[in-house]
Amino acid sequence: MFHYAIRRLLWLVPTILAMALVTFTIMHATPGSPLDPIAEGANPLSPEAQKNLAVLYGLDKPLYHQFGIFLWKAVRGDFGNSFVYKTRAVRDIIVTTFPISLFLGSMAFSLAVVGGLTLGILAATHQNKGWDYLSVSLATVGVAIPNFVLAVFLIILFSFVIPLFPTGGWNDWRNWVLPTVTLAAGPMGIVARFTRASMLEVIRADYTRTARAKGLGERPIIFRHALKNAFIPIVTLLGPMFAAVGTGSFFVEAIFRVPGMGKFFVESMTGRDYPMIMAVVLTYGVFLSLMNLVVDLAYGLLDPRIRY
Amino acid sequence: MATVSPTTAPPLSVTVARAREKGTSLTRDALRRLRRNRLAMAGLVVIIFLALVAIFADVLAPYSYTKTNFSRLNEPPSREHPLGTDQIGRDLLSRMIYGARVSMLVGLGAQLIVVSIGVPVGALSGFIGGRTDLLLTRFIDVMYAFPRLLFVILVMSMLGAGLMNIFIAIGLTGWVGIARQTRAQVLSIKEKEFVDGARALGSGFTRLLLRHVLPNALTPIVVAVTFGIPEAIFTEAALSFIGVGINPPTPSWGQMVGEGQQYLRSYWHLCVFPSIAIAGTMLSFTFFGDGVRDALDPKQN
Repeated sequence: MFHYAIRRLLWLVPTILAMALVTFTIMHATPGSPLDPIAEGANPLSPEAQKNLAVLYGLDKPLYHQFGIFLWKAVRGDFGNSFVYKTRAVRDIIVTTFPISLFLGSMAFSLAVVGGLTLGILAATHQNKGWDYLSVSLATVGVAIPNFVLAVFLIILFSFVIPLFPTGGWNDWRNWVLPTVTLAAGPMGIVARFTRASMLEVIRADYTRTARAKGLGERPIIFRHALKNAFIPIVTLLGPMFAAVGTGSFFVEAIFRVPGMGKFFVESMTGRDYPMIMAVVLTYGVFLSLMNLVVDLAYGLLDPRIRY
Repeated sequence: MATVSPTTAPPLSVTVARAREKGTSLTRDALRRLRRNRLAMAGLVVIIFLALVAIFADVLAPYSYTKTNFSRLNEPPSREHPLGTDQIGRDLLSRMIYGARVSMLVGLGAQLIVVSIGVPVGALSGFIGGRTDLLLTRFIDVMYAFPRLLFVILVMSMLGAGLMNIFIAIGLTGWVGIARQTRAQVLSIKEKEFVDGARALGSGFTRLLLRHVLPNALTPIVVAVTFGIPEAIFTEAALSFIGVGINPPTPSWGQMVGEGQQYLRSYWHLCVFPSIAIAGTMLSFTFFGDGVRDALDPKQN
């Protein structure tokens, strides 16, 4: 177990290097340059100005050199200054905005897991009855409908028709409700579907029948015997779920005006803000890889049959 | 999850022979199951409707999707404009109709690219094995570590908006999943007796792969494609929503939601109709995809 964790941690290094290299290649292999004017159809900067800017940002050096410099600085947590927000260091932007995204993501994640498990269990224990249909339809809707579309419906319903929650902003808990629900819907649907399938399998297992035969009530059977085993395959879902919540948050943050990292993600890419792009992609990449690692380790702890 | 396809069951030849006697092939059997699934059929009806709208957009649309009328901005639905007009006085219904064309094109076109990269890569990787497999698997793993949507947005903002670039971006990132699945499938099938048998009878590499292994690996690929289509449609909508998808003035539902969403309080219709279109399309494809999966995989209940 310990050795496995160490080996996985070490594997992170080449993975992240490859990620940085792919991103760097895409940035530089595609037409266009950060020295181009931002406004469409504007006159380009004079050649001297372009040259000076290129020198200032190190864009005049050969690409492998640029990549080397990037790595050398990134290792020490220095991502340089943003090309778009010229006076702000990329690091500062990330440090102030990532926690907000993380907070929103964690709330959505918890809601998705708790809500999904509840829906799934209800569906499995009431198979082919009202609860089952309700939770299966909710799960399907959650999975199928894109979160920015869901956001529109939720705003109309809970901000305009029934004015319960504000349409955006990030001041108190009332601001948090709609973005969290929007972001959680998709992952919650996935968890619910898996929980239902997994529970149905476990409920038919021999040990559940044994538990019932020895006279246990329905409640301890479900919670102590069935759920524990049904939960194991669901853990594998959590890794991809982090990714879904992470990428989903660009849209949700934009619609509900949440001051998280999502805004910079899209902005940096359309504005060819090279340092910002690298930082944002790698922040997400490292975070997701770490979460996947945690999930895999948790899987091993929960299921004693698994040996590393 | 037990996503064992019927083709991996050992007595395949026996099942097939028995089915032939009774006059039903595996495919016909699956089609029958699909036809009985009401939700899937409802989904299919909507999909066919959308496809027809997309094909006959020129005939169906009451106005041109670019024609502006500055004396009638942001009008709510009326008799002349059944779904109202947008910020610069264009007919919303006409734009929605052409939006269907974009969605359908992206859904099918992107999947075509995804399949034509993913299936060969996965099949070769699994079938050849050895160092080729190791190399390709490592590459696939790295690509898999990227959150897909993030990667697509990156590629799109670098290439610039446009339908062709959407195909490229989704194709470049989407093949990984199908390649993985095909590889896993090919790995398990190439160990089967009938493949050994075919090899013993003198089938060469190409013939073995194309005639014996791939046809039996098809089920999960078909399922992956049915789910890949709505995913591509969603990706296009998401890209256009943030403004790096379809080039204006070509209308796209995602772009309409993105633009209309700023005026949600005053002009609800701008955003609500395209939202309903996206939601309906996604749901229909999901129902249909679920149906196809259940029909091809009767063991999973």
